[in-house]
Amino acid sequence: MRMWDRIQEKLQILSDAAKYDVSCSSSGSKRSNDSKGLGHTTGAGICHSYTEDGRCVSLLKILLTNYCIYDCAYCVSRRSNDVKRVGFTVNEAVELTINFYRRNYIEGLFLSSGIFKNSDYTMERLVRVAKTLRTEHRFNGYIHLKTIPGCSEDLVKQAALYADRLSVNIELPSESSLKALAPEKNKTDIIRPMSYLSNGIEAYADEKKIIKSTPAFAPAGQSTQMVVGASPENDLQVMTIADALYKKYKLRRVYYSGYVPVSNDSRLPQLGTPVPMIRENRLYQADWLMRFYKFSLREIVDPKHPQLDLDIDPKLSWALRNLHQFPIDINRADYEMILRVPGIGVQSALRIVQARKHSKLDWDQLKQIGIAVSRAKHFIVCNSKERPRDISETVLRQQILQQSKYAATLTSQLSIF
Amino acid sequence: MDAYLVRKENHQPELTAAHLEIIPDQKKAERVWNGLKQKLSVTKRNEVYKCFLSELPEMEGILLMFVRHVFDSKHSVEKDYSNKSVLAVEQIAHKVYREKHRMEAFVRFQRTADDLYVSSIEPDFNVLPLIISHFQERYADQHWLIYDNRRNYGIHYNKDTFTVQEVRMEWEAEAHHEFLPASMCHEEEVVYQSLWKNYFQTINIQARNNRKLHIRHVPTRYWKYLTEKRSL
Repeated sequence: MRMWDRIQEKLQILSDAAKYDVSCSSSGSKRSNDSKGLGHTTGAGICHSYTEDGRCVSLLKILLTNYCIYDCAYCVSRRSNDVKRVGFTVNEAVELTINFYRRNYIEGLFLSSGIFKNSDYTMERLVRVAKTLRTEHRFNGYIHLKTIPGCSEDLVKQAALYADRLSVNIELPSESSLKALAPEKNKTDIIRPMSYLSNGIEAYADEKKIIKSTPAFAPAGQSTQMVVGASPENDLQVMTIADALYKKYKLRRVYYSGYVPVSNDSRLPQLGTPVPMIRENRLYQADWLMRFYKFSLREIVDPKHPQLDLDIDPKLSWALRNLHQFPIDINRADYEMILRVPGIGVQSALRIVQARKHSKLDWDQLKQIGIAVSRAKHFIVCNSKERPRDISETVLRQQILQQSKYAATLTSQLSIF
Repeated sequence: MDAYLVRKENHQPELTAAHLEIIPDQKKAERVWNGLKQKLSVTKRNEVYKCFLSELPEMEGILLMFVRHVFDSKHSVEKDYSNKSVLAVEQIAHKVYREKHRMEAFVRFQRTADDLYVSSIEPDFNVLPLIISHFQERYADQHWLIYDNRRNYGIHYNKDTFTVQEVRMEWEAEAHHEFLPASMCHEEEVVYQSLWKNYFQTINIQARNNRKLHIRHVPTRYWKYLTEKRSL
């Protein structure tokens, strides 16, 4: 096979295998190009393109190899799966990255791998790719490295000195599911590097405040991923883990990946089972509420409501369960309370608080600011004679649902009290 | 007196309105800008500039309203979103900012046989001035050129002098397409375009196909300059 055909084949196999790790972020790190090397990172990241499933493409996302000694049931590269096994050399991965980068196709590299020989051997090669990019090519673009579960602390430390972001996947929302579906993985192997990195990131960040020349140590922090829909846990269990990880290890992001069936293994949903995309969407919305809207976990899901509504978003769901707190006066209420109004996002809430210093706001001005008036009007009063009618939760829910973008797919799920 | 400002080519003469042609005057402009410096933050002044680059037909009118409102007010009116012109300036500036961000994302370089990385774009707004610093820092060690085919001018970076210059090109017929012909490109260029296109198609998860969402993020008017959308 000619050289380029070989590369083409490897790229196809190894990017196809990597795509289920959904992290696409190229944000969180500010590397400048002082010495006229190649590249820099922007704090906010850039999505260079979007695939036809609507997901962003910002990094070259590949496995270094899809050889794997583990046999995780949900993974397309599991040992027992009959697929062609290939691997990039360190140089091939580096050259691809550099050439894509120079053409502005990507912000950088996302490098994962199947476990070849053992964790340390694999991790050492991942680190080598990152080190070569940084030191030999003076590459200042974004690098996201996976942490191989069970690898040594020394390798994790080296990885953090070259990469912007590191991640190790929780994989499943409970230890029992992990045991059942990924018997070679265990919770300790996953949590230990996460904990080590969390401490290291904090320590280096503290030192950098005093000594400016302290090297960067995973400046874009850590993230992780859970597959949802492959195992029976409910949303309360999923969000409890996410909440704990954010609080304990200060992760930047938790990703929730709707399970895409890859086999007819009896432990998992069969091929052809639809991907739980709406559930995944609601989980991300719940995640946003915790991180940006100052909601606590128990306000969103609790033992009485362990599963997020599919037909309405979690913020609206909370508002309907707490109608006694509405309507609020948009010209007087706290910022925190304005954030809780369905139809008002963080940007609009900030604008409202700024604008009302100059004049009392009415419906026209609120509309101009950009809130979803058709939704928010049930929950607020403003500088206008109109007041929302007193209506019950049921009626309100039906009214809003009729306008829902999911209305077509959810007719069977409207609850009737 | 109620004045309205429009660009000459957008002017529709009215029966009841008198019109006056304004000749640009550097000294007067500086006076106004210095006055604005006293009353507006850097952020807001940048927004005014972005608004200007939008080249929208209503842009001059909005900026006039805005500047008069700023000078008429004793206190800062930057966050007075209840005022139409304040809101408009911010919203237009935001649109321009988004287009700048889009161009930073959608520029696709082709490596020529002479090791110049060339890209053509057709942005909605005149964002070339806004993207210079990004590309200058990022691609400090390669010669590059980004050309606005709609406005017929471009920016060229020389890696030996570390400088960016404005250029106007007379394109040879065969070169003035969205993509350069293979004959003008580096021998590896075709391969990398093909690898990228292949990669782009492979990483799509068919079970999650969502064309509406895809087009919302990558509107079709940008497709002709995107390597991954090329029929290779």
